[in-house]
Amino acid sequence: MKLSSLEIAGENFESRLFLGTGKFSSSESLAQVIDASESQMVTVAMKRADPVSGKDSILKVLTTRDIKILPNTSGVRNADEAIFVAKIAREALGTNWLKLEIHPDPKYLMPDPVETLIATEQLVKDGFVVLPYCHADPVLCKRLEDVGSHAVMPLGSPIGSNQGLQSKEFLKIIIEQANVPVIVDAGIGCPSQANEAMEMGAAAVLVNTALASSRNPEMMAEAFKNGVVSGRMAYMAGLGSVSHTAQATSPLTKFLD
Amino acid sequence: MSSGSYLELFSSTDWEHISKLIEKATRSDVERALLNSRGSDLSDFAALVSPVASEYYLNEMAKLSHDLTVQRFGSSIRLFAPMYLSNECNNICDYCGFSLGNKIKRKTLTDDEIIEEAKILKNEGFSHVLLVTGESSKNINCSYFSKALRILRPYFSNLSMEVQPLEAVEYKKLIKDGLHGIFVYQETYNTESYAKHHLKGRKKNFNWRLETPERLGSVGINKIGLGCLYGLTKDWRTDAYFAAQHLGFLEKKFWRTSFSMSFPRLRPCMGESKSIFPLLDRDLVQLICAFRIFSHELEISISTRESPSLRENLLPLGVTTMSAGSKTNPGGYGSSESSQSLEQFEVSDDRSPTEIEKLLRSKGYDPVWKDWDSSYDKFSMNYNLTELDTAGVS
Repeated sequence: MKLSSLEIAGENFESRLFLGTGKFSSSESLAQVIDASESQMVTVAMKRADPVSGKDSILKVLTTRDIKILPNTSGVRNADEAIFVAKIAREALGTNWLKLEIHPDPKYLMPDPVETLIATEQLVKDGFVVLPYCHADPVLCKRLEDVGSHAVMPLGSPIGSNQGLQSKEFLKIIIEQANVPVIVDAGIGCPSQANEAMEMGAAAVLVNTALASSRNPEMMAEAFKNGVVSGRMAYMAGLGSVSHTAQATSPLTKFLD
Repeated sequence: MSSGSYLELFSSTDWEHISKLIEKATRSDVERALLNSRGSDLSDFAALVSPVASEYYLNEMAKLSHDLTVQRFGSSIRLFAPMYLSNECNNICDYCGFSLGNKIKRKTLTDDEIIEEAKILKNEGFSHVLLVTGESSKNINCSYFSKALRILRPYFSNLSMEVQPLEAVEYKKLIKDGLHGIFVYQETYNTESYAKHHLKGRKKNFNWRLETPERLGSVGINKIGLGCLYGLTKDWRTDAYFAAQHLGFLEKKFWRTSFSMSFPRLRPCMGESKSIFPLLDRDLVQLICAFRIFSHELEISISTRESPSLRENLLPLGVTTMSAGSKTNPGGYGSSESSQSLEQFEVSDDRSPTEIEKLLRSKGYDPVWKDWDSSYDKFSMNYNLTELDTAGVS
């Protein structure tokens, strides 16, 4: 059965699994992961990218594949820095797409909601397609949507923690209210968690550490691919409702029939 | 968190009390610390640097440290090179090759010589460079650093410095010139030992040095490097405890700043010190693991002071950053006459950057030459975008 593709800013993606590029032991390992995952959207931090020297092995992997390169601003500490880095990224990598990441706290890498909102508004005005990484805060996600973000990327749990969907109840509210794709980013540690996010109605998930820290990243990439597909299918098919008690076979209102 | 200073916290912490606390740590204290691996807990740290931890739990600590490091940093090791700009120094410190008392040739690089060194390091692949000088404030001061940073900015994406402590307003200026981080080692947190080894010059002022990281934090520096020089003080475990206390204090107060910890051990140099307390390899391993468990995101670097085989063995235990092909004398990378000037310390691992890169790959690590972009400091090295000057919001 063919699933509908994901549309963001007029572009279509068959795969709903997005990847990060950090922490891999080699560019060869990253290449195997991308191929096995069949991902079509891969993000790369501008601080790591080196498009000038021609020696950047990660960029070589990305540019030789039919995938969308999504530069990110990981490492910036405020809106001002993010906007500057975004403009350099647009020139250096030839794309106006941006994963906006402003997490000034190096311990938990928590996204700064104030700076993220300010930068999103400005970057949208400057013609960027902005996908902001943010906390699972339903009001913030609506505010980001209001200023023109093309998707929102709320966290499941802290970046790299593999703790899964700790923010589940808030993600459900965000998904229910959103008019833009909701991409669950950060903290997804295993395929069942990716599957769960997709079953909840997330438009896509972004995964990195769970793959890079696996003993077999390539096989894990395929497992995630399958988890995402099955979760999406379940969401489209419609899950049965959950009840905490048995349903009476003779309803109490039967006398009205 | 109080809004007080670290000096206040330091002054209210008794060295002897901490020393006894570490000495008396029990096996169950260590086991509790290993189970509670969230970090940032000083009583756990005391247990992890204790003699009993070394005797019974070093392997468990190494395993946990390894796992936490992989989780946070993956299989990557960042590479950097030190660039010594000057060996002039007005301090007398009895362990240092640059000490004023040493009859060595003094050299400070000129603008052209700085460029010459930069070209060599750039050509070797380095993007991250640490500028090092002695402490001679008359000539080697904020304006010299400012000029050096502006000269080097077009060559490298990330510039840090290890120089004498400066005023906050001077750091503020240097950040604008492209400074990313400052390494300022307290050398030892034992005031008696500090006084014994720092005999003359501004470095004698223990408190001025101790307060430096807070001056840096107050002006929003990106990274602060801390550390003790192991070998100066007999009770290295307590020294490390104070370094951890300092780190924990700074992490909470300056929550946007990254931190780095180094573990230099005294090596032969032309210093005059006779009273060195050698830190064993086993002790170094314990320190690295204890600090990783204390701070999961801490940058931990291991210098070319250490031997090639030890550096390789330390790699999986928590190390995130390595120097390679280091020269510790001003002009050391170039072939000019200035390279005859004396080293600060003797380099033990003299393998070239290419050899280190190959070694890392063979061990399953991704050598990372570039992990910062000058655009993050609002410098555009390669793109001439005039509108960028007016970019942003305020």
